[in-house]
Amino acid sequence: MTEQANKQDLLSIEDLSIVYEVDGETTYAVNGLNISLKRGETLGLIGETGAGKTTTALGIMGLVPNPPGRIVSGKVVFDGEDLLQMPKEKMRGVRGNRISMIFQDPMTSLNPVMTVGEQIAEVILIHEGVSKKESCRKAGEMLEMVGIPAARAGDFPHQFSGGMKQRVVIAIALACNPDLLIADEPTTALDVTIQAQVLDLMKDLKSRYNTAMILITHDLGVVAQVCDKVAIMYAGEVVESGDIRDVYENTKHPYTRGLFGSIPDLDHSVGRLNPIKGMMPDPTDPPSGCKFHPRCPDATATCAASEPEPVLTETGHVARCLMLQSMVEQTDVNRVQG
Amino acid sequence: MSDTILEVRNLKKYFPTPKGTLHAVDGVNFAIKKGKTLGIVGESGCGKSTTGRVILRLLEATDGDILFEGQNIRHFNKDQMRRLREDMQIIFQDPFASLNPRMTASEIIGEPLLIHNKVKNKQELTARVAELMELVGLSPRLVNTYPHELDGGRRQRIGIARALALKPKFIICDEPVSALDVSIQAQILNLMQDLQEQLGLTYIFITHDLSVVKHFSDEIAVMYLGQLIEKAPARDLFSNPTHPYTRALLSAIPSIHLDHKMEREVLQGEITSPINPAPGCRFAPRCKYAAPECTSREIHLNEINEGHFVACAMAGGDPLEIYEAILSRLH
Amino acid sequence: MSQEMTLDPVQGQLDKSPAKGAPKKRSQWLEVWHRLKRDKMAMLGLFIITLVVLAAIFADLIADYETVVIAQNLADRLQGPSAQYWLGTDEFGRDIFARIIHGTRVSLMVGVLSVAIAIVMGGGLGAVAGYYGGKIDNVIMRVMDIFLAVPSILLAIAIVSALGANLMNLMLAIAISSVPTYARVVRASVLTIRDQEFIEAARAIGASDLRIIFRHIIPNCLSPVIVQGALGVAGAILSTAGLSFIGLGIQPPEPEWGAMLAGGRQYLRHAWHVTTFPGLTIMITILALNLLGDGLRDALDPRLKH
Repeated sequence: MTEQANKQDLLSIEDLSIVYEVDGETTYAVNGLNISLKRGETLGLIGETGAGKTTTALGIMGLVPNPPGRIVSGKVVFDGEDLLQMPKEKMRGVRGNRISMIFQDPMTSLNPVMTVGEQIAEVILIHEGVSKKESCRKAGEMLEMVGIPAARAGDFPHQFSGGMKQRVVIAIALACNPDLLIADEPTTALDVTIQAQVLDLMKDLKSRYNTAMILITHDLGVVAQVCDKVAIMYAGEVVESGDIRDVYENTKHPYTRGLFGSIPDLDHSVGRLNPIKGMMPDPTDPPSGCKFHPRCPDATATCAASEPEPVLTETGHVARCLMLQSMVEQTDVNRVQG
Repeated sequence: MSDTILEVRNLKKYFPTPKGTLHAVDGVNFAIKKGKTLGIVGESGCGKSTTGRVILRLLEATDGDILFEGQNIRHFNKDQMRRLREDMQIIFQDPFASLNPRMTASEIIGEPLLIHNKVKNKQELTARVAELMELVGLSPRLVNTYPHELDGGRRQRIGIARALALKPKFIICDEPVSALDVSIQAQILNLMQDLQEQLGLTYIFITHDLSVVKHFSDEIAVMYLGQLIEKAPARDLFSNPTHPYTRALLSAIPSIHLDHKMEREVLQGEITSPINPAPGCRFAPRCKYAAPECTSREIHLNEINEGHFVACAMAGGDPLEIYEAILSRLH
Repeated sequence: MSQEMTLDPVQGQLDKSPAKGAPKKRSQWLEVWHRLKRDKMAMLGLFIITLVVLAAIFADLIADYETVVIAQNLADRLQGPSAQYWLGTDEFGRDIFARIIHGTRVSLMVGVLSVAIAIVMGGGLGAVAGYYGGKIDNVIMRVMDIFLAVPSILLAIAIVSALGANLMNLMLAIAISSVPTYARVVRASVLTIRDQEFIEAARAIGASDLRIIFRHIIPNCLSPVIVQGALGVAGAILSTAGLSFIGLGIQPPEPEWGAMLAGGRQYLRHAWHVTTFPGLTIMITILALNLLGDGLRDALDPRLKH
């Protein structure tokens, strides 16, 4: 990443490490993570349970619970400012206003005793300093925008179905027209036909408002539908990232290949799936060297011994694999500095 | 029809609710051949899990027949049911909620053996449990662990071992991999496939995940609001989805192929709950092809191709022709 | 989970790791104990309660019942704390310290036994109501509601007055008046456990109702009962003292904290120690039990695990 590229980025996470310390045991949730995102871009953050996706999101939002969580190192540069160094007061103004977040479960992220209109208006009232009347009017507009009649602003969350609730959550998240939207598994709790509706809505809104988005999910299909860029996380590290076409069609990292082999493909039938062997490493005691080596079909002795560095394979396509590293070194292609 | 292991006729399960009668399962018919897998797909609230539980009599059916190996088990008494439990088992969705948190892996796997007096003494129990653990790929080191000490994949293996303990012929798998991570999901699916081959099991595979069900099933039944609306061999259903709901469902699956352009049929509105449903097709209110005859009479499953059944007033001949006919009527 | 576990079984292959390395069955109660140990206030409570229990066990070694605890010695009546009488003497010249020590026996016995009776009765009723639901549930819980409508101390007073004031009746009265509390606690947790999938799983493998209740439901609803029980012992001790204070509990000359308070109240002005020390004892014991109860609640709550 050059200096120039950094300046254009809306968000640039550099070497972020987050740990949780419980009873003297340290859980390495995020280890030296690098991600960058430009305005209007959508990044898919893919990973399985315990990969550190949600912790990364909380890290960006400044919401890592402390204790037990602690940010060990790194920078989260948002629009030229390091959010990690920002005073709490100022951070509160950024959160919800310039960066907002959608959580997985629409049922628990709405307040059951407030009408949905009030909940949207509240966000606008806090961040935009408009009159109460104005905020209510705008709340109605937001509802219309996500496809709910403004007349339903006076209804309570329990009067909505799951898909509708998630629309309300999206309306709240977009109420202040944020520069960055972080969506943590926004459609996982929804049925597939409702998921299609919500994804269409998010795609539409994102292009209309030029909002940058980080979509956290474990679903490779959802990312293929919505995202421009993708980062694959494994054991707190980004193992492969780049343009979605590069990563999906010219997959470099064995873990990414394993993920694709694990899901049944609707277009091509296979007799047996080709899963990744074993399971996620214990985050309190990560394996030495490459974190994926115990599960990797191509692992050699070197993989257990030394840690791989990110390797630039094509423009913007980075993978963290020792096998790749040695290949690239031989052909003398640029290496990225971790 | 001697190789049919299970047949369900006009199965109904109604629940009384304060708002009216909920028709969770409403007149479902199907049969499964020995050693095959029937996939039941549908979205939440379509009655797929209730169907599975009614077949196992974990819930009592409101009406209909459940024929297992030719015998109607709906009126079996407690003793007969107890014996039947050896042949019919279930694997649950949530590998955490379905294991007693106060019991160890070996206690959970051994419990069915104790209940059915399948072992004479403690040594035999230990040996059988070890055998079962090996069968599902659980390390013998884990005999004394509690569910909360294990990850989702291992927990689900315990659930599978428990279901296999009595050597059943038939297993209902209720979303067995939905709660698992992608890479673990594939491991469990492969395990279940191997077990089916090794032990000659028959499965009902209940899921909302269409790609998994296509991979896993011989035949697929699609449910909507308590009714079967389409049933076909897996390949046919995906190559020739006929019911408008099935088409919408298939087109809503996000494909992992970037250039995959399936014409999206995004449905309007959402599933309502089947409380005191109106007669006729339950999908009609959301269906863009709906015509008056859709709601004027009950719509039954109709065989449009060999083994391919559809419950749609508009289906019967060549689907394309029908849709063209409807479209012209709409204009 | 150790690293070798990550090399574990795939696709139904056998994991070749050694079986002899299998860890011993580790009780979950051990985990609760580890969590409880970290709670300083709960440990203080536990320490005090241990002292009280030890006092009850070794009371006879500390002071002889016949010659010290109940024998009157009018020459030394109402003396203040001294080297001979650590906490002074009461209106009959008896050593207050010795009487407090012996009083722990009654308090603990009534406290623990009445709670045990209440847990068995209330827990049983609650489990049946919760498991079967419907009409049975309705009948049981409405009866419990009627009991709850009467203040428990009034109910206890009524029962003791009707049956006569002795130790057995006192325990029964306190137990009966707290039955509804346990019935409600157990019913609530049975209701949540009853609908869990592992109960359905047990039914699917052919387990009988009895097996389901005893093997699957009861072990899983012990935690709230234990917490309620620890707090309940405190309540029962307080009720015993209360009933004895108004003369319906333990009868003189047997030492009981509440009765000692009652006896000393006429001399409050010139012999403060007669009421103060039994009062402090009651207060400290109740406090200790409540601290332990709160600590147990936190230690047993799985949500606080991480």
